[in-house]
Amino acid sequence: MSQATKVEKDTVPQVGAGTVEETSVPAAPDIRVVGDTYRTVGDYTSANPVVRARNVDVFYGDNHAIQNVSLDIGKNQVISLIGPSGCGKSTFIRCLNRMNDTIDIARVHGEILLDGEDIHARRMDVVMLRARVGMVFQKPNPFPKSVYDNVAYGPRIHGLARNRQELDRIVRSSLERAGLWTEVKDRLDEPGTGLSGGQQQRLCIARTIAVGPEVILMDEPCSALDPIATAHIEDLIDELKKNFAIVIVTHSMQQAARVSQRTAYFHLGRLIEVGDTDQIFTNPQHELTEDYITGRFG
Amino acid sequence: MPSSTVLVALLGMTVVAYVLGRRRSVRAASNTGLTCHSLPGYYGSYVAIWCALPALLLYCLWQLAEPGFIRTQVLATMSAATLELPEAELGLVYNDIRNLVEGNIVSGEPSDEILAAASRYMSLQRISNLGLMLAVLIIGLTTLGWAFRRVEPGLRARNKVERSMELLLMAASTVAIFTTIGIFLSVLFEALRFFQQVSPLEFLFGLSWSPQTAIRPDQVGSSGAFGAVPLFAGTLLISGIAMLVAVPVGLMSAIYLSEYANPQVRSFAKPMLEVLAGIPTVVYGYFAALTVGPLLRQFGEGLGLSVSSESALGAGLVMGIMIIPFVSSLSDDVINAVPQDLRDGSYGLGATQSETIRQVILPAALPGIVGGILLAASRAIGETMIVVMAAGLAANLTANPLEAVTTVTVQIVTLLIGDQEFDSAKTLAAFALGLLLFVTTLILNIIALRVVRRYREQYE
Ligand SMILES: Nc1ncnc2c1ncn2[C@@H]1O[C@H](COP(=O)(O)OP(=O)(O)OP(=O)(O)O)[C@@H](O)[C@H]1O
Ligand SMILES: [Mg+2]
Repeated sequence: MSQATKVEKDTVPQVGAGTVEETSVPAAPDIRVVGDTYRTVGDYTSANPVVRARNVDVFYGDNHAIQNVSLDIGKNQVISLIGPSGCGKSTFIRCLNRMNDTIDIARVHGEILLDGEDIHARRMDVVMLRARVGMVFQKPNPFPKSVYDNVAYGPRIHGLARNRQELDRIVRSSLERAGLWTEVKDRLDEPGTGLSGGQQQRLCIARTIAVGPEVILMDEPCSALDPIATAHIEDLIDELKKNFAIVIVTHSMQQAARVSQRTAYFHLGRLIEVGDTDQIFTNPQHELTEDYITGRFG
Repeated sequence: MPSSTVLVALLGMTVVAYVLGRRRSVRAASNTGLTCHSLPGYYGSYVAIWCALPALLLYCLWQLAEPGFIRTQVLATMSAATLELPEAELGLVYNDIRNLVEGNIVSGEPSDEILAAASRYMSLQRISNLGLMLAVLIIGLTTLGWAFRRVEPGLRARNKVERSMELLLMAASTVAIFTTIGIFLSVLFEALRFFQQVSPLEFLFGLSWSPQTAIRPDQVGSSGAFGAVPLFAGTLLISGIAMLVAVPVGLMSAIYLSEYANPQVRSFAKPMLEVLAGIPTVVYGYFAALTVGPLLRQFGEGLGLSVSSESALGAGLVMGIMIIPFVSSLSDDVINAVPQDLRDGSYGLGATQSETIRQVILPAALPGIVGGILLAASRAIGETMIVVMAAGLAANLTANPLEAVTTVTVQIVTLLIGDQEFDSAKTLAAFALGLLLFVTTLILNIIALRVVRRYREQYE
């Protein structure tokens, strides 16, 4: 314990927390654990939050995949989630639109507020929640339908277009913003599954923004894209953030540094550190964060 | 000694060939210091295949040719009077000879000529057997020696064995094809004989079916009516009713099982549903005739309808229940095979469960579902027992499901039951019906394949 210097000041034992158990996670002795509670380094709140997650725990059966994570998603902001594979980034963002409901063995505890409303409340309509909190999945998953129908799917089920012209407009603008229009404008009737991997990824982005969500969760949206398409998506993210809140999971430090205002570092299901992107990349407070961003880990 | 003993000898030779080939490759490798192209086992297999295959082929050909050869040889020695007999009677005489040889019952006291022919038959058979054994052994040994001599480190035995595997698999697949062709041809020839007596036009478009032919020419009603339309209408009606039951119920239970039911319910309900397919059709027949039929009748009386106790409706309903598992089980499998990613994508856009099922899952699973439905349809068309017991034998041409109708398969059965002359129009009609049924299901399958392929192109 003595060799850890940086975070000492942040590790405040919780009032009433019983015996001090430092080794509840033997695999990662560096994490400062007090009882069952790790205190995130940095300010996890946001001045103008759309989503407020408090003390979120996720279990897959017995696997405690997310442990006591609290994090705000600010309006008109991009927050990037980074961390080694399997640390729970996807799991966390899937909590925000209750996609974990579709996994039988997943249990979510804690409080998540969207615009002040508890998303786990009985009154909350999950279907509407998912329209408001859109998601781009880690693996491109276009529907086995035409390119057009893929993008029109959301607007159709939510009745966003009154007639065909309006629908055409939504489809076109969504595809344009996702940087796919020029490539597919002559093949709108061809199956979306026939596109290349990178095109499929952009199709899925177009499909998500066509619904006009308030919050967009992007799980590694550029993992299959070339630098040009990546730049395009990053421009799109910049533009979207004028109106929306965006959470992006990425394995690219450069991308996180380029597009996001805040960065959160996850490690083994814990939110280790969160702060302004500049600060995280220039002056990380926690050892684990520093190891990760300097490439000594993961 | 029966000629099949030579097969045992050939088997032994093949084993020896394997061992020899294997050993030679190992020896050759150690003698020359080269590494062999393939593993020793492949050289063994190579020699073994060469030893067995040509000899086996010869054996089969010989067995095919032998009866014809002996027949011509035996008949050639018979008197001119016998040879002048018409083809059919000559066949009977020849049968007598063979029966005599095999120790079966012979018609009447055999004449001297027949006895002589029989002894000639026996000696011919003995010679042929001996020749066959010698030929097989010689061929087997020759090819064994040839292949054995070729074994050397440079020989690509692995690739050659691979190639013969391909041939083997190809041969297996042609068995099914030739069987189909064979069945088709045999039905076709009998049907053609039927069409010599009854015009195809009458058969295809005739509206009345009463296959009574007279035994004596002067009997009243000596010419039956062979219009197949009522039978096909009945088949269509009953299968239609069955599909109306099976497709919605089967599909919906598949959707429930795969999308809504929790694992416990599923693991219990799915086998229960599949049991339906295992119940013998006779039992369904009882059920239709003794339970569903009277029930429908009572129910119809309550509504002021006259329902005959053997009705298309009763048979169709029960048949529908029987084929539910064909639709549900296959559909359930393909729905389960739709990737979870697609569901997530749809839910992630704010779609409800039923929207997701209708717009994403069902289209993606459609080819498989169509396959299940077709399987069910062909079961329905081919089903006989339920109809015999619950829908009657009356060939009514009607679209009213409350009346008794009959189907193609039921008529085929009734035509062939009992003692019949094999060249009367009545018996041959069964083959014509069979042919028509065959062609119909074939067309159905082709259409279905087309449909499935279209969707496949669209969805993959
Ligand atoms: N559907 C699931 N069922 C059971 N366990 C799961 C499931 N999804 C994720 N997990 C577990 O939860 C933990 C976190 O997984 P998660 O997918 O959130 O990681 P991640 O940070 O997104 O990793 P990556 O960068 O590789 O995508 C892992 O230990 C994983 O095994
Ligand atoms: Mg992930």
